[in-house]
Amino acid sequence: MSTKEMFLTKLKRVIRTGFFNFWRNGTVSLASVLVMMVTLSVIGLISFSGAILDTSLVELKNKIDINVTFVPGAAEADILNIKQRLESLPEVFLVTYATREETLAAFKERHANDPSILAALDELGENPLGAVLNIKARDPSQYASVAEFLESGNTLSSGGITIIDRINYFQNKTAIDKLSALINAADRLGFALTVFLAVISMIIAFNTIRLTIYIAKDEISVMRLVGASTAYIQGPFVVVGVIYGVVAGVLTLLLFLPITYWLSKVTENFLIGFNIFSYYLHNFLEIAFTIILSGVLIGALSSILAIRKYLKV
Amino acid sequence: MIFFDRVSKVYPDESVALENVTFSIEPKEFVSIVGPSGAGKTTLLKLFLAEEKPSTGAVFYEESDVHALGKKEMNEFRRKVGMVFQDFRLLPNKTVYENIAFTMEAAGRSDEEIEQDVPHVLDLVDLSNKVWNFPRELSGGEAQRVAIARALVNEPDVIIADEPTGNLDPVNTYDVVQILKKINDLGTTVILTTHNKGIIDSLGKRVIAMERGRVIRDDRSGKYFA
Repeated sequence: MSTKEMFLTKLKRVIRTGFFNFWRNGTVSLASVLVMMVTLSVIGLISFSGAILDTSLVELKNKIDINVTFVPGAAEADILNIKQRLESLPEVFLVTYATREETLAAFKERHANDPSILAALDELGENPLGAVLNIKARDPSQYASVAEFLESGNTLSSGGITIIDRINYFQNKTAIDKLSALINAADRLGFALTVFLAVISMIIAFNTIRLTIYIAKDEISVMRLVGASTAYIQGPFVVVGVIYGVVAGVLTLLLFLPITYWLSKVTENFLIGFNIFSYYLHNFLEIAFTIILSGVLIGALSSILAIRKYLKV
Repeated sequence: MIFFDRVSKVYPDESVALENVTFSIEPKEFVSIVGPSGAGKTTLLKLFLAEEKPSTGAVFYEESDVHALGKKEMNEFRRKVGMVFQDFRLLPNKTVYENIAFTMEAAGRSDEEIEQDVPHVLDLVDLSNKVWNFPRELSGGEAQRVAIARALVNEPDVIIADEPTGNLDPVNTYDVVQILKKINDLGTTVILTTHNKGIIDSLGKRVIAMERGRVIRDDRSGKYFA
């Protein structure tokens, strides 16, 4: 036989032996696959929790906007002029104009259940509220420059006095910054926790596989004594490790289907618009690749590392 | 062919397993090594197979020091030596056929050779009807005959049998000894360790007697006691 033929024959034998060993050690294989499933579920959790936190961060950022309130006496022409100039800024996505009357109507509606405020408004006789421009930027980080534009002298009226009463960006900014810092921290903490869990469960999976090889240590020494090479002894164990990984990966992926389906109602209520089940289905290939690859790597590496100890004879 | 040159083995706890042992074994010899438990018989075999290293001295097989062999040469050397143990040491998750085939696979033999030789060697030890059984389904005598078939299948130069009859009843003991004798008649060197006086006396071959790590007698005529 040529070297290549011999290699292929050996490869075939190693793979076949691996499958036989997996099947014949049914109980041990079952235990290893179950432990591995826990590990892979934790790894899957990293992907899901990352997606949930990302979605909530995006959701929050979409809620950010700037309201510019004008003084009640501001001329509509001046306001529309500012609106036009704002719209010409590249950072600005959308500017909506609410007239004094619209602002008043919205205010009355908001306080429809509060007769004292409505009575006070009536007492005043005239509309105390100014017109409002609502600005949405293309990206949350651009609000600062939009606010700066409004703060600078660009927005003076034709008469040279400012007609802007207040800009709420500066009031909301602190809250927005705090909230996004909080989400970022939660993101990082969640990631650290899942990585921690993943490491622990990997160690457990590694130890389980090590035990299965420990059981076979006498066998390994017999193989050594009949003159089998290291690769030839190690091969089937690595194949078994890979089978553990693939089987556990496939089972974990299947298990995620009912779990995410069940969780999807909860996540949809809690995080508006995020459905964990459809997220899973949409990103299935990527998640499947990550989980099965992790399983294969953990299985193969555990086998290689665990068996080294018994190959010294 | 096999030469122990002033070999001593002292374990880390200072217990002396072998002390200054020197002897040689010629090709096609049948040598029995006898002595009470703890005399150093098993240590001797472990040193020969390079499972353990001697503290001083050297063990030669043909021209080479077995403890100086590289990994690859070591595997080749071990394939020239067939081992039979008291506790059989079959691979529990492989059938009788696979146990024997494994040895041939490890030696890099082709599928055709394996398909041809395994039934042949099982026929030789009279186990053709147990080909697809697992070791746990065999009696002690059957398991030992599988182990002998495994040791034989690569046509080794030397067969080492370490107390092969220790766990067997007299009938199976007789069978195993007859098989070993047959192997030796066909030209393979056989090294046998045993406590069994009956075996030694019936063989009438060379006997090396050991006690407390030393060779106390090397007798060509073949009696358990001088």
